[in-house]
Amino acid sequence: MQRIFLKIIMTFGFIFCSGSLAFSGEEIGVDSGVTSWMITSTALVLLMIPGLAMFYGGLVRAKNVLGTMLHSYSAMAIIGVFWAVCGYSMSFGPSVMGGWFGWDPDLVFLSGIDDKIMDAGVPEYVFAMFQGKFAIITPAIIAGAFAERVRFKTYCIFILLWTILVYSPLCHWVWAEDGFIFNMGANGAIDFAGGTVVHISSGISALVIALYLGSRRGYPRTAMHPNNLVMTLIGAGLLWVGWFGFNAGSSIGSNLDTARALTVTQVAGASGALMWMLIEGFKHEKVTSLGVASGILAGLVVITPAAGVVQVKGAIILGFIASIFSYSAIQMKNKLGYDDTLDVFGIHGVSGIVGALGLTFFIRSSWMEEAAILAGGSWTVLQQLGVQALAVLITVIYASIITFILVVILEKTIGFRITEREEMEGLDHSLHGEHGYGLINLN
Amino acid sequence: MKLITAIIQPDKLDEVREALIKKDIKRITASRVTGRGQHVEEDLYRGQEVALDLIPKVRVDIACNEKFVKVICDTIIKSARHNNGKLGDGKIFVTNLEECIRIRTGEKGADAI
Repeated sequence: MQRIFLKIIMTFGFIFCSGSLAFSGEEIGVDSGVTSWMITSTALVLLMIPGLAMFYGGLVRAKNVLGTMLHSYSAMAIIGVFWAVCGYSMSFGPSVMGGWFGWDPDLVFLSGIDDKIMDAGVPEYVFAMFQGKFAIITPAIIAGAFAERVRFKTYCIFILLWTILVYSPLCHWVWAEDGFIFNMGANGAIDFAGGTVVHISSGISALVIALYLGSRRGYPRTAMHPNNLVMTLIGAGLLWVGWFGFNAGSSIGSNLDTARALTVTQVAGASGALMWMLIEGFKHEKVTSLGVASGILAGLVVITPAAGVVQVKGAIILGFIASIFSYSAIQMKNKLGYDDTLDVFGIHGVSGIVGALGLTFFIRSSWMEEAAILAGGSWTVLQQLGVQALAVLITVIYASIITFILVVILEKTIGFRITEREEMEGLDHSLHGEHGYGLINLN
Repeated sequence: MKLITAIIQPDKLDEVREALIKKDIKRITASRVTGRGQHVEEDLYRGQEVALDLIPKVRVDIACNEKFVKVICDTIIKSARHNNGKLGDGKIFVTNLEECIRIRTGEKGADAI
C-alpha cells in the first residue's frame, strides 16, 4: 500500500477506484479548491473537442466540412453515453480477465459513486467525467486520418468498438492502480496525461486505418486545399487552452504538481510552435499558419506524457524535438504517398512516441531518487527508458492489431469507405443532407 | 474563336478537369455558381426536407479556336455525365468570341488564346 500511496502523491495522483477507499476507513471531506479546479479542467478538456472539430473541419475541402466536424461531435454523443454506462467501469474498475480491463458492477451507470469522495477530496463524479472527456477526444483524433472518405454509420460503430477494445483496456493498464503498465519498473511507466493512452494509441490506429482504406480519390495528384484555415487556427487555439485542463488537471489536485504541469504545458506548446516556424522559415522562407498550428500541437502532444516529471528546460527541448520529428514524419509521408489526411500519425503518433521516450532524459532528480528507493538502491535513466519503451511498444502493438481487425471486419461487412460517387459529391450533402457554407452560394 | 461555357455538377469538376487535361486542354476558368434547371436537390433541416431554390453548380469557361470546339465539348459531355445521364448533369453553351487579348504582351486574336 505504501508504494502505491507514494505514487499517487508524487506524480500521477490518479486512481482511487471504489475498492481503495475502503481501507482509508474515515470519512473524507470535499476539498473545494481541488474540486473546483477539477471541474474547471473537465470543462477545459471538453472544450478541446469543438477545438479539434474546428481544427480538422478547416483543413478539409468545403464539401466535407460538416461531415468532418461531426466526427468529433458524434464522439461526444456516443462515447459520452458509453462512458457513463460502462466505460468508466471498464477503465477504472478492479482488474478482471487477467487484467485485460477493469470491471466493477457498482460503476455501471456510475451508480456506486453517487456519494463517494476520493482521497484527493474530489467527488468521484468529477473524476469520472474528467476521464470521460479523454475517452471522447481519443477516437475523435483518429478521425483525421480517414477524413473525407468514410461512412458515418460505420464510423459511429467503429469508435464505440474501438473505445471498448482499445481505449478502455489501455486506460486501465496505464492509469488504474492495478494496471500492469502503471506498475512496471521501479516507479511505474510514466504517462502523466495520455501520451500512450491518448496520442500514441490514436496515432498508430490512424496510420493502420489510413493504410488499409487507401487514399482519397485523386490523392496526391489533385491539390486538396483546406477550406478554412482561419477556423483551423481558432481550433488550434482552443486546443491549447483546453490542454491546460488536460495536463494540469491530470494531477488530480490543485497543488505544486498542477503548477508544474501547467508551466511545462505552456512552455512546450510555445517551443513546438517556435521550432516549426524556424524549420519553415529556413527551408521555405515562408512561415505558414498551418505550420504554426501544427507546431503548437506537436509541442502539446510531446509534453502530455511528460508534464508530471520534466522541468522547464526539458519541456523546451522536447517541444523542439517534437516539431523536428513531426515535420520530418510528414515529409516522409509525402514521399511514401499514403494518405493520412490530416497527419494524425505524423503529429499525434510521432510526437507522442517522442514524448514518452524522450521524457526519460529530463526527469527531475527527486522522481529518480524516489524510484531508486522503491527499486531498493539504484534506478538509472536507461532502466526507466526500457520501461518507457516497453509501454510504447505494448501500446503500438496492441492498438494496431485490434484496430486492424476492427477495420477489416467493418469494411468487409457493412463497408467503411463510402462509394466513389458519394466521395466526389462530398460527405456533407451525400451523408448528412446539408451544406456547410450556405453563404458562399446564393440561395 | 469560341467561348465554351459549361454548367456542371460540382462533384464532376475533378473528372472533367482530368479528362480535359488528358486531351491537352489546360487553360480553363472554373467558378462556383448557383442556378436552377430541372434538377431538384433537397437538404435536411431539423427533420424537414427543404428543396433548395438555387442549387450549387460549377461553371467552366474555356476560350478556344474553332478546331478545338468539338473535342472540348465531347470531353465535357463524356466526363460530366452521371452513368447514362441524369437530371442536373448540366448544359454547354458555345458562343462566338469577338476578340481575345493577352494582357502581358498585347497579342490579339487566335495567338492569344
